[in-house]
Amino acid sequence: MSDSEVILAISGLQSAFKSRSGSVRAVRNLNFNIGAGKTLALVGESGSGKSVTSLAIMGLLPQAGYIAGGSVIYKNRSGELIDLTQQNAAQMRKIRGREIAMIFQEPMTSLNPLFSIGDQIGEMLLLHTDLNTAARQAKVIEMLELVEIPAAASRFHDYPHELSGGMRQRVMIAMAMILKPALLIADEPTTALDVTIQAQILDLMRRLQKELNMAILFITHDMGVVAEMADEVAVMYAGEIVEQAPVQQLFKNPSHPYTQGLLKSIPGASGIIRSEDGKLQAIPGSIPMLNAMPEGCSFGPRCASFTSGCESSVEMKATDPLHWVRCRRTGENAYV
Amino acid sequence: MAATAMTDEPSFLTTLLARRSVVIALGAIGTIIFMALFANWLTPYELAEISIRNRLTPPGTNWWLGSDSLGRDVYTRLLYAGQISLSIGLVVALISSLCGILIGLLAGYFSKLDAVLSRVIDAMMAFPDILLAIALVAALGGSMINIIIALSIVYTPRIARIVRASTFVIRELAYVEAARALGVSTWRILIFHLLRNMVSPIMVQATFIFAYAMLSEAGLSFLGVGVDPSTPTWGTMINEGRQYLDQASYLILAPGLAITVSVLALQIIGDGLRDALDPRIAKEL
Repeated sequence: MSDSEVILAISGLQSAFKSRSGSVRAVRNLNFNIGAGKTLALVGESGSGKSVTSLAIMGLLPQAGYIAGGSVIYKNRSGELIDLTQQNAAQMRKIRGREIAMIFQEPMTSLNPLFSIGDQIGEMLLLHTDLNTAARQAKVIEMLELVEIPAAASRFHDYPHELSGGMRQRVMIAMAMILKPALLIADEPTTALDVTIQAQILDLMRRLQKELNMAILFITHDMGVVAEMADEVAVMYAGEIVEQAPVQQLFKNPSHPYTQGLLKSIPGASGIIRSEDGKLQAIPGSIPMLNAMPEGCSFGPRCASFTSGCESSVEMKATDPLHWVRCRRTGENAYV
Repeated sequence: MAATAMTDEPSFLTTLLARRSVVIALGAIGTIIFMALFANWLTPYELAEISIRNRLTPPGTNWWLGSDSLGRDVYTRLLYAGQISLSIGLVVALISSLCGILIGLLAGYFSKLDAVLSRVIDAMMAFPDILLAIALVAALGGSMINIIIALSIVYTPRIARIVRASTFVIRELAYVEAARALGVSTWRILIFHLLRNMVSPIMVQATFIFAYAMLSEAGLSFLGVGVDPSTPTWGTMINEGRQYLDQASYLILAPGLAITVSVLALQIIGDGLRDALDPRIAKEL
């Protein structure tokens, strides 16, 4: 993908859920790499498997879920390559927080209401370092300043309910970043915030990313956020990647009908494609149920360019060295 | 700013004491505990002091609450019996809380254990308390330790159920998932993130169990399957007094009132705790 060193390489990742009618695959044959200091945005609508992917990487799939195949190779700080799907619970616990951290969508509920924010951030240091109480407190305050919480020292003893949503997300970021992880998984971190706060949080994340040379796997359904944050974009649909490209390439030349549909459904996005009459367009239908996948192309039933050939399975094709599309009709002239 | 907003809100204690009934109940149970604790200072008689000549004397200046069939002072026995009855209630509440927390957390967090543990809990809850207690005491033999063991077994499922239900709710909350995602170990999540957030329902239920256990002990003693009859408890006192009901009703009146007042006070305190710990209700008070 890019010139930076790859720190996370996912290949052939399959993750499935056990259900009464047998197991259903939520993520199918996933491949992507993330380089140090780079941001990969994983985009898709609800139910496309974005969050399952992040949980599979962290080894936090819910009880019914399991990894059915593939590998998640992570290059740790000492440069060893480890397969995260093969680690036991204790090994994963050491990786979580220290090597790979995660922040979530809900800043309002992602903090324990009974502990002060200082204690919660400090818990990370307590778990993963040998620092004493005073050193931990100093470090936490330093971190609170880094995430731009005003009057950080006096905020140490505040409880989550005393902070606004944006402040809480800053606290979450402080918690996730205090151990300087090499990879941050951000699962829709700005979805619950209003737009001005969203911009501040994204700014903050970018600045910290640069300082720590951290890779970010950014999960979102918001194309505006993608344009702002990502170096590379992977569009997910029904558990598989349907298009992957560097961010500018993807916005300039979206090649999969689903990506085009996503871009056409954003209000007021400048410089990206619009439908002929300038109106917003919705993608008809909804994402297929995991246990009722259509034959062949999973987007087929909702696709305007659907032809009979789309009923057989389709592989990723490169339209350009860095631009991959999973569509049979890519390159055809007749196609939208 | 935020810090000052906090101090404006009434504290937990202020909310609890805002109810007059809770204050009275605390006073009542406090007095009973105080009198039981300092029994030997508060009565001129020895516990086992017998005066056959003065048996079944009605309440008066020498025998404030009368004397029983062996001429023992009812007031003295009431105080010493209080020590036993109250400690049984308290110890049962503590033991069943500890066991219930352990079982409830395990069942709530590890769904494989839940299948087994919940069935056992359900089976025990389906059994009438007093019958189960009688059966257990019959199997173990009637001593104070065995009564405590039996009643703890009877009341453990109540706590276990509450803890299990709370665990189900809390373990799905975002901050528990966030803690796991940041490398917090399972036992730390159980203690710090789950248990800490369910202290209030446990406390409330433990108060009720304190009351129920005292009542059950009295019931068991009354039915003759309780502690050794020579050990004074409020239940054994009622059992002994029962035979003289027609001549000396005061014999069961005093221990009966002691049980009623203690249980009522504990229930009121339990209700008060529940309301004070629930921020939605606390604001209305």
